[in-house]
Amino acid sequence: MTSSVLDVAAIRADFPILSRKVNGKPLVYLDNGASAQKPQVVIDAITKAYAEEYANVHRGLHFLSNLATEKYESVRAVIARFLGAPDENEIVLNSGTTEGINLVAYGWAMENLQAGDEIVLSVMEHHANIVPWHFLRERMGVVLKWVDTELDGSLDAGKVVDAIGPRTKLVAITQLSNVLGTVVDVKTICAEARAKGVPVLVDGSQSAVHMPVNVDEIGCDFFAITGHKLYGPSGSGAIYIRKERMAEMRPFIGGGDMIREVSKDAVTYADPPMKFEAGTPGIVQTIGLGVALDYMMSIGMDKIAAHEKMLCDYARAKLDGLNWLNVQGNAPGKAAIFSFTLNGAAHAHDISTILDKKGVAVRAGQHCTGPLMTHLGLTATCRASFAMYNTTDEVDVLVEALELAHELLG
Amino acid sequence: MAQAAFEELVEDFEFLEDWEDRYRVVIEMGKDMPVLDDALRVPATKVEGCASQVWIHPEVKGDTFTFMGASDALIVSGLIAVLHRLYDGLPMADVSGVDAKAELGRLGLTDHLSAQRSNGLNSMISRIQEFAAAQNAG
Repeated sequence: MTSSVLDVAAIRADFPILSRKVNGKPLVYLDNGASAQKPQVVIDAITKAYAEEYANVHRGLHFLSNLATEKYESVRAVIARFLGAPDENEIVLNSGTTEGINLVAYGWAMENLQAGDEIVLSVMEHHANIVPWHFLRERMGVVLKWVDTELDGSLDAGKVVDAIGPRTKLVAITQLSNVLGTVVDVKTICAEARAKGVPVLVDGSQSAVHMPVNVDEIGCDFFAITGHKLYGPSGSGAIYIRKERMAEMRPFIGGGDMIREVSKDAVTYADPPMKFEAGTPGIVQTIGLGVALDYMMSIGMDKIAAHEKMLCDYARAKLDGLNWLNVQGNAPGKAAIFSFTLNGAAHAHDISTILDKKGVAVRAGQHCTGPLMTHLGLTATCRASFAMYNTTDEVDVLVEALELAHELLG
Repeated sequence: MAQAAFEELVEDFEFLEDWEDRYRVVIEMGKDMPVLDDALRVPATKVEGCASQVWIHPEVKGDTFTFMGASDALIVSGLIAVLHRLYDGLPMADVSGVDAKAELGRLGLTDHLSAQRSNGLNSMISRIQEFAAAQNAG
């Protein structure tokens, strides 16, 4: 095993599922881009929350409701710290990036955009950062302006900025492509867009997992994250929303918890961020997310990034040595996400089936990126996406499994 | 006992101990399948519920069941070829009686048969069975 800034053996010991076998082989989990595994502290926190500290939040005056509320609400500050948000009231808790971006589409964009206004997107966005904008196109006549990736899979920040025209009202862009691993210079985009008076939504679903994030430094207006990719429970997440934007938003989902008063002919709303959090939330999921983020921060995002860069360099060199393998995206500074196809007739599903027999879990398909696949001229790829607990030994297992796939399918 | 062509395959598989060799055979069988004409790769023959693209074109010739099929994935093409050996050429009346899951189990390929598997083997078998049911009812 190549040396790392992290004690990876100790980290792996924190994740019980990593010691299981799949198809008789040790699990090599390389589908982290889809969802990350959970450390024992998160699993324990979930159990403890249900076993000892559970009641509905924000409502009851009884002991357990107060305790659960305290635990749940304390996560807002953890997320603010994790994202570098100046004020925890700029954090809206939700079920993940999809809900976060839909909140911006319905709560902010529908309120502030008109027919003919434009939203600038990159071609490598995830469907979660495409479909909500298609809703506005279909329903309001909003125009989607697409910026292509370069041949190496990089995204030219200058081209994104140049796409901003007089009718552009929003830039919605990922910080890290879930297919290509491309890291986007969102800081430059935000600065230039701000100078033109255009807000920027950053899809941080992937980036927050792999690099230190500071929304204040980035200068974005919206930054969406997903808990289950951050080693937390599924159904948890959050979105940072700059105060000025929050003030421009109307509520999206209506129900309990987000109101101040309701009568037969009137309703007044709670102050943000509660205004945007209707109904009983994912109480335990959110508590678990707080523990997951604390876990990540205790390891250190810089160290996680450094470890994954080492893995990325190692994997890149190994995969480059396979002349029958085509890796999509080779942008400088890319993250440890490798999408690939094999020369010849092998389908991505063929490859993933063979890898699975070797215990290697990867994703095969379109990765929720239809426009990018069309841009690349592909119908599907296999994707190996790494996390803090992966090792160079696992890269070697991947390469061996790929060699077998090549032999069987070639 | 299934058809001779399938029994032959079962015999061959008995000598193949590791899964790599079985896959190798299945993949080669897929490659050897007759090419399905583009005119038959249409919505009516497309089998939904498969992660890759799959087409099955069942027919009755005289009293005999026959089908053609194709996929854009090699392993799935191989599974279609296995089904071909199991079903193709059977008297129409016998198709419904085939316990495909049990027969494929004899090949050690049952890991492809769980309901959640997206390769669509279940969907392909259903397509054949639905065709047989409709024929026999008609």
